[in-house]
Amino acid sequence: MDLNEFVKLFAEQFDDTPAESFKADTNYKSLDEWSSLVALSVISMVDEEFEKRITGADIRNCTTIEELYNLVQSK
Amino acid sequence: MSYISVKNIKIRGMAGCVPSRVEENRDYTMLSPEEIEKYIAATGVERRHCAIHDGSICTSDLCQKAAEKLLADLNWQKDEIDLLVFVSHTTDYKLPATAIVLQDKMGLPTSCLAFDITLGCSGYLVGLGVVGNLMASGCFRKGLLMVGNTQSEYASPEDRSMKLLLGDAGTVSAIEYAPEGGDEINITYMSDGSGREFVILPDGGSRNPVNEKSFVMEDCGNGIRRSRLHEKMIGDEVFSYGTYYIPRVYKEMSEQFDINPDEVDYLLLHQANKFLCEKLRKKLKFPPEKVPYNIQEFGNTSGATIPLLMITNLKEELNARPLNLLAATIGVGFSLGVAQIKTTGNIIVSELQMI
Repeated sequence: MDLNEFVKLFAEQFDDTPAESFKADTNYKSLDEWSSLVALSVISMVDEEFEKRITGADIRNCTTIEELYNLVQSK
Repeated sequence: MSYISVKNIKIRGMAGCVPSRVEENRDYTMLSPEEIEKYIAATGVERRHCAIHDGSICTSDLCQKAAEKLLADLNWQKDEIDLLVFVSHTTDYKLPATAIVLQDKMGLPTSCLAFDITLGCSGYLVGLGVVGNLMASGCFRKGLLMVGNTQSEYASPEDRSMKLLLGDAGTVSAIEYAPEGGDEINITYMSDGSGREFVILPDGGSRNPVNEKSFVMEDCGNGIRRSRLHEKMIGDEVFSYGTYYIPRVYKEMSEQFDINPDEVDYLLLHQANKFLCEKLRKKLKFPPEKVPYNIQEFGNTSGATIPLLMITNLKEELNARPLNLLAATIGVGFSLGVAQIKTTGNIIVSELQMI
């Protein structure tokens, strides 16, 4: 999976934020819709798409979607 | 992964008891009505049965009331009980063990073996494995497995992640040595103490003795405040661990024990919160009608959730016919368990008790 696909999947975890708001360098925790529940959905998405586990701390420690993508790739 | 198979025992009866006092989540004043509805939608918890934690109702009292009712319904005599195991994080005293206190308070024979197991969410499956294996050799004939918690006591009133989630309950399962026609019980466990910091009550044990700082309410972000004598839970870490490992343990176990999901009557999920449970249900590919919930009425009662779910949702069926049950739980520790419990029917389930 490349970065663009990951950004698209990341965007799908949100209900109200338009897909075009998501870029590789988006600071996801600054989005209005960001919540603890969306964080859980992202954890699930990574598990389902990559069969890898990211932690709550991983989500908190990354800033941009690209950083999270790189972290997933490194696991 | 550790696997166990228990044979030669049968679950004869089950009973539960909850405090009659109910806390409605919609009455919580520290969140707006909209925030509360969002919380309820995510966790599934509408109300919880919670004791006033002044010592008047302890976990042992709930378990005792349930056990007295169950013994009467089963027509078991107290002097027949030779094993009593109490599984809880909310004991009467730091010492002695609560099971031994209950031996005396219930008038059980001094010849019985009584001890505690300190575990939370995984308590029923660990307790069942321990009691089952102790009894399978025939050394014990009639045992009581008590699993309960009154850990709403540990929730900070200013921590919605705990305060609106935790409920209190005590359960008892009556287990009998049955060399022929017993239940078939297979359980897989995982223990990972690297997760200990994610569900913890930090102070008050030997590691961090209570001191004046233990009582200080600390700002933990997101409007949450708690002291070091309150239970802390980092929900996303529990979610990350549970949703990753439970399906994998289940898969390995399915192969080990040749489990056919189509033949499973019900998947009993530890009632942690609805969001986590639904994620697991979908990952394990079970339809909604096979996955019962009672979290809306009782909240997360830790180790008691699985037996309580059997008592409140499967009372008639457990009596009417053999059931092929799967149970899965993840929680404090981390301690994880996945079990297959094939019952043989005729289980007496008492009416839910309240005090």
